[in-house]
Amino acid sequence: MSATDPIAAFRIEGGELLDEVEQALLDMGHRLDDMDLVNAVFRGLHTLKGSGAMFGFDALAQFTHHCESAFDKVRKGVVPATSQLVAVILSAQDHMRALLDGRATGGEAAGDDILAALEAAIAEAAGAPPAAPAAKVAGQGWHVVFRLPADCMANGTNPLMLLDELRDLGPCRIVALTDRLPTLEELTPTHCHIGWDVTVETDEPASAVEDVFIFVMDDMELAITPLAVDAAEAPADPANTAPVAAPATAPAAPAAAAPPPPAPPAAAKAAEHVRVPAERLDELMDRVGELVIAQSRLSQIAHQDGGLALRSVSEEIERLAGELRDTMMVLRMMPVASLFGRFRRLVHDLARDTGKAIDLVTTGETTEVDKTVIERLFDPLVHIIRNSCDHGLEKAEDRVAAGKSATGTVHLSAHQAGGEVLITIRDDGRGIDRARVRAKAEANGLIQPDQLLADQELLQLIFAPGFSTAAQVTNLSGRGVGMDVVKRTIESLRGTIEVASIDGGGSTITLRIPLTLAIIDGLLVRVGSGDYVIPLSAVEECLELSGEEDLRSQGRSLITLRDRLVPFLRLRDVFATGTPADPHQKIVVVATGNDRVGLVVDQIIGNHQTVIKSMSPLHRHVGSFTGATILGDGSVALILDIAQLVALAQPREERLRAA
Amino acid sequence: MTASILTVDDSTSLRLAIRLALTGAGYDVTEAVDGVDGMTKANAGRYDMIVTDLNMPNMDGLTMIRELRKDARHAGTPIIFLTTESDADIKAQARAAGATGWLVKPFVPDQLIKIARKVLGK
Repeated sequence: MSATDPIAAFRIEGGELLDEVEQALLDMGHRLDDMDLVNAVFRGLHTLKGSGAMFGFDALAQFTHHCESAFDKVRKGVVPATSQLVAVILSAQDHMRALLDGRATGGEAAGDDILAALEAAIAEAAGAPPAAPAAKVAGQGWHVVFRLPADCMANGTNPLMLLDELRDLGPCRIVALTDRLPTLEELTPTHCHIGWDVTVETDEPASAVEDVFIFVMDDMELAITPLAVDAAEAPADPANTAPVAAPATAPAAPAAAAPPPPAPPAAAKAAEHVRVPAERLDELMDRVGELVIAQSRLSQIAHQDGGLALRSVSEEIERLAGELRDTMMVLRMMPVASLFGRFRRLVHDLARDTGKAIDLVTTGETTEVDKTVIERLFDPLVHIIRNSCDHGLEKAEDRVAAGKSATGTVHLSAHQAGGEVLITIRDDGRGIDRARVRAKAEANGLIQPDQLLADQELLQLIFAPGFSTAAQVTNLSGRGVGMDVVKRTIESLRGTIEVASIDGGGSTITLRIPLTLAIIDGLLVRVGSGDYVIPLSAVEECLELSGEEDLRSQGRSLITLRDRLVPFLRLRDVFATGTPADPHQKIVVVATGNDRVGLVVDQIIGNHQTVIKSMSPLHRHVGSFTGATILGDGSVALILDIAQLVALAQPREERLRAA
Repeated sequence: MTASILTVDDSTSLRLAIRLALTGAGYDVTEAVDGVDGMTKANAGRYDMIVTDLNMPNMDGLTMIRELRKDARHAGTPIIFLTTESDADIKAQARAAGATGWLVKPFVPDQLIKIARKVLGK
């Protein structure tokens, strides 16, 4: 898969770099002396050369090296940019693309011709008047970051004088570094807590900068770097810039495909984004999680025996913790485009291997999902798409015979609905053969012969462990990993799978995945003596179970809710609490998919932000719960598995409907 | 306003050289002959900068710098010391005592003026 192959990743990245270089070169057509463009071209070439050599694209690296050197002369103002030079580099850039794709024709001769033209262009440009002096200065000078010894001011050094001296060297851009400012209580007024970041444009050597600090040099932090190096190396970070998208050899992506995030074209843009290792985000997430727990404890204490002052502070912290959590969530969100992009290649390969014509259409790529969720969705989606392409879509001739277009379509879409993301994989193939599924399931002992099954139950059998469509296994789907893995993965994400199929019209698989895994908003309820959490996203409404209704519904567990019959579960019975019921029991109506179920609880305690702790392996098999959480007072509450409970209530409803 | 500078040195010739260099550059110069004299004059007036020798009778330069820095009135006053040795040890000692900078003897007037401009500004 292209995701794990560095060479493929480099091809993609290199293509993007060349796109940028091309763009900058084209723009240079009108603005020859725009140093930003010159720098952009140089940077692109520089990165391409460096990464190319690393991944074994030696010819490309060598060729690019010549172009880079030539362009370096422009950047340093040795030769001015001329339209002739731009034209030569443009053609050189086409050659680089060919080298990158491994389809270079004409061998080295083609490259040599271009290099010769490049030499000529440089020579001619060198004869032309040199670029404006302003352009020459750009990129020359020093980037000076310094922090003075704390006691320097008491000892008679005036930092402003030092800055004045730096200004004497040339035009300066001075930024104060205030990150080490202590709090007001800890601040020593005579100490120097501020550092400075100075960019000075000058022809003076570094020693001139050092001379400014001569008296304080031994005790201070001082970093002097040439400006040119700053500019050239900042974006040269190929390891992280490899967005995974269709390589250049794949068929042209449809317009709907999200463009891969382009590398920052200019230094100013680079500053707007910070790349952070994912572990740091996870660490932060953990901290936020702990903060949220501590905050609930605080608010519980504040409400039990706190004064007004404590309560107001506690509420303030509650608000802040909530906002922090939300911000944190957004930080972890990534558009699914990065996920969907990876399937273009898959479908392309599948089309090639099966000999079918397949189109992958994606929509809703901008939908954002938690990073972890995205990563874990990859494998299940691969299986589902493989299945669709391999089993679902018919061969071209069969499709034409069935009156469909010869090209099959797999439609991958994502959209957000409440706290869930719906990912739909729809194909326009032959659909799932229910009779065949049934036969297989019976043969494998998954169901009894003649067992009555709802349509959804029957379709869900394809996800059952041990259900194998061995007769149809090809080299694509026969990889020893079945659809049951898909179901398990989705369930581990607290998601659900729905299957729909129309005979001859194709099948649709919908994955419902919660937006995030780590923290949920929950409704805290009490059943008997235990506390439980119901994910708030599943809660539709809460109502009271009146004594009269309670009596009336004994034995049939149905209430009428706005003229609809809703089955309900007495959690007291389900959990066998063995305690007398509260006089005023409540019903929490929850929904998954299209099913609604009322859960009868003793008391609704309130809204509760819940950090999900997964169950130990020993408790994995316990149904009805997805995890546990720690309450403010340190006790543990179990989080109800709504899907499971709804399923538990459903058969009764089915029976009632049938009756 | 003209900046005033106190020079502390036991050598008459050197005091003269310093006076000539600094007055020529437009600074007011007051002279002191040793550390004790330097302390007395520094406490009596207000100086924008002090230039001192290290090796002096009665009170040496390092002690004077240390004493001056104990007094909040002299916090932040630049103190430049003159030294014949350019070895790092004496510089480190002087810096630890609270000196701002140094000038290695022998020096030409321009070097002293450059340093005065460096710590006092223009």
